[in-house]
Amino acid sequence: MKLGVVQFKPRKGDVAANLAELEAIYAQLAAEDVPYDLIVAPEATLTGYFLEGAVYERAFEADELAALLAARWRRAGGGRAVDLVLGFYENSGGTFYNSALYLHVGSSDHHIVHVHRKMFLPTYGVFDEERFLSRGRRLQAFDTRFGRMALLICEDAWHALMPTIAAIKGARFLLVPSASPGRGLAAGGELESVLHWRNVLRSYAVEHGVFVIYAGLAGFEGGKGMTGSSSVIDPFGETLVTAPALGAHVLSVELEAADIEIARAGLPLLGDLSAVLPDLLFDDELLPHAVRRGVAFAEEPS
Amino acid sequence: MTVPVIAAAPPGAPSLQIDTELASTWLQAFLRDELLERRKIGHAVIGLSGGVDSAVVAYLAVLALGAANVTAVRMPYRTSSSDSLEDARAVIDDLGCRERTIDISAAVDGYLQFEPEADGRRRGNVMARTRMLVLFDQSAKLGALPIGTGNKTERLMGYFTWHADDSPPVNPIGDLFKTQVWQLARHLGVPARVVGKPPSADLEANQTDETDLGITYLQADRILSLMLSGYGDDRIVARGFGTDEVRLVRGRVEGTHWKRHLPTTAMLSNTAINEFYLRPVDY
Repeated sequence: MKLGVVQFKPRKGDVAANLAELEAIYAQLAAEDVPYDLIVAPEATLTGYFLEGAVYERAFEADELAALLAARWRRAGGGRAVDLVLGFYENSGGTFYNSALYLHVGSSDHHIVHVHRKMFLPTYGVFDEERFLSRGRRLQAFDTRFGRMALLICEDAWHALMPTIAAIKGARFLLVPSASPGRGLAAGGELESVLHWRNVLRSYAVEHGVFVIYAGLAGFEGGKGMTGSSSVIDPFGETLVTAPALGAHVLSVELEAADIEIARAGLPLLGDLSAVLPDLLFDDELLPHAVRRGVAFAEEPS
Repeated sequence: MTVPVIAAAPPGAPSLQIDTELASTWLQAFLRDELLERRKIGHAVIGLSGGVDSAVVAYLAVLALGAANVTAVRMPYRTSSSDSLEDARAVIDDLGCRERTIDISAAVDGYLQFEPEADGRRRGNVMARTRMLVLFDQSAKLGALPIGTGNKTERLMGYFTWHADDSPPVNPIGDLFKTQVWQLARHLGVPARVVGKPPSADLEANQTDETDLGITYLQADRILSLMLSGYGDDRIVARGFGTDEVRLVRGRVEGTHWKRHLPTTAMLSNTAINEFYLRPVDY
């Protein structure tokens, strides 16, 4: 599978300009001799991340966005089939989400393969997502032409349980569209927030034997610099290619899905986890308080 | 037989060390994005006081935009130290940027002649606000953007004139403590005479910041760093700081929250600006 990762630098709120820029990048990629199979773009690609109340003015319905992207891909000269991933603010009948679209574009048609709605909405410090957005309620893996995948948007991927569940559900590729405002100058070499991302993503790839594909938004938004740093990590934990924090870039890499089997055979942690997970999950200490009380009542002798 | 014990070092003063190369790269990108890409403005105007903060901003701006696209404005008042003027000159000469020297004495005195009883604090504020007026007007004249030079320490301690020093729309160093500005200054090659001298607002003769504040910047920065990270006073004192200096810093921060905000506006509707009607600055 030939993968492209678009590290996009949007103009805040200017959807028309950002679509034109994305189309230009699509055209550049479509012109390569070896066609791309999958092109992944970051969270909030067409608008920028920090929108506050403007999110209601700049959200798309998933069908509308899918048609728009398919048309842009074709106009860019993409006559061949491609799968496109892109993070966007979603308007679903007046309920708003931070979502990511997985779209298949054929030579004359297109269809949505999956829409993931971000489940962990950061609402602390500089972040204020849950003030404006509703959270997704389900993490699903989904089948694509290249195998089973899952989408995790930004903070979704900071909770180790999320990639774990995605892998248990069969995902072989974790796609992580993200927008991460950089912070921390003490580490040396890279921002502390970037190093944290690299560490967690690499640990997921190794533990579960999955490819991790991270697409980071770039550019400054009101003083907050988005840290790009897009990267592709193989199931052995090796970073195959990565971009710097600043500026727009495209990563290009050929992925061998068969590496997943080799990695998992050598380090069968996912198999071990599948066996043990029911014992871990069906533990009444993990149940919400109200459910535990219900369980306790049910167990009382009559 | 005893087993060797490897004890963790007790927590001490926080390190404020930064990767200065990374900071420089990041802040140049910030300035280019804010001026060239977002605002389509290719020229920066910086009030150059002779101190380290404005010098660092001037070096960053020249790296980001080029020396021909940066105008340093020296704005002495008749009581300003001549050393300040010369220190600013050393920066201009080193950078080769454009420059202008505008003596603000006549403007300041033109108003203060009606207020002969004004004390040093009021006179200092009039000077700071006159400099703000000059910077904005020079920017309008040049089609440029004024760049702010306030550091995190003075912002937190409220040690600045409201709607004067904090007024430029873009500030690259406002999230760096003073001691971090010094580190960055050395990395950028700011002349040693500027980096090494005691910081001063130079609004009154022989004034120094550390005397005004009642604490050294190094101590203040360490305490501020812990305080902003959520440490209570007891835990800060337990790390080796004095009760009095912790109380002093806490008092200055908590007494000046208003200085870090826009004016308080009476809210009367469901569409109050910045309360209900929320749009980011770059939208």
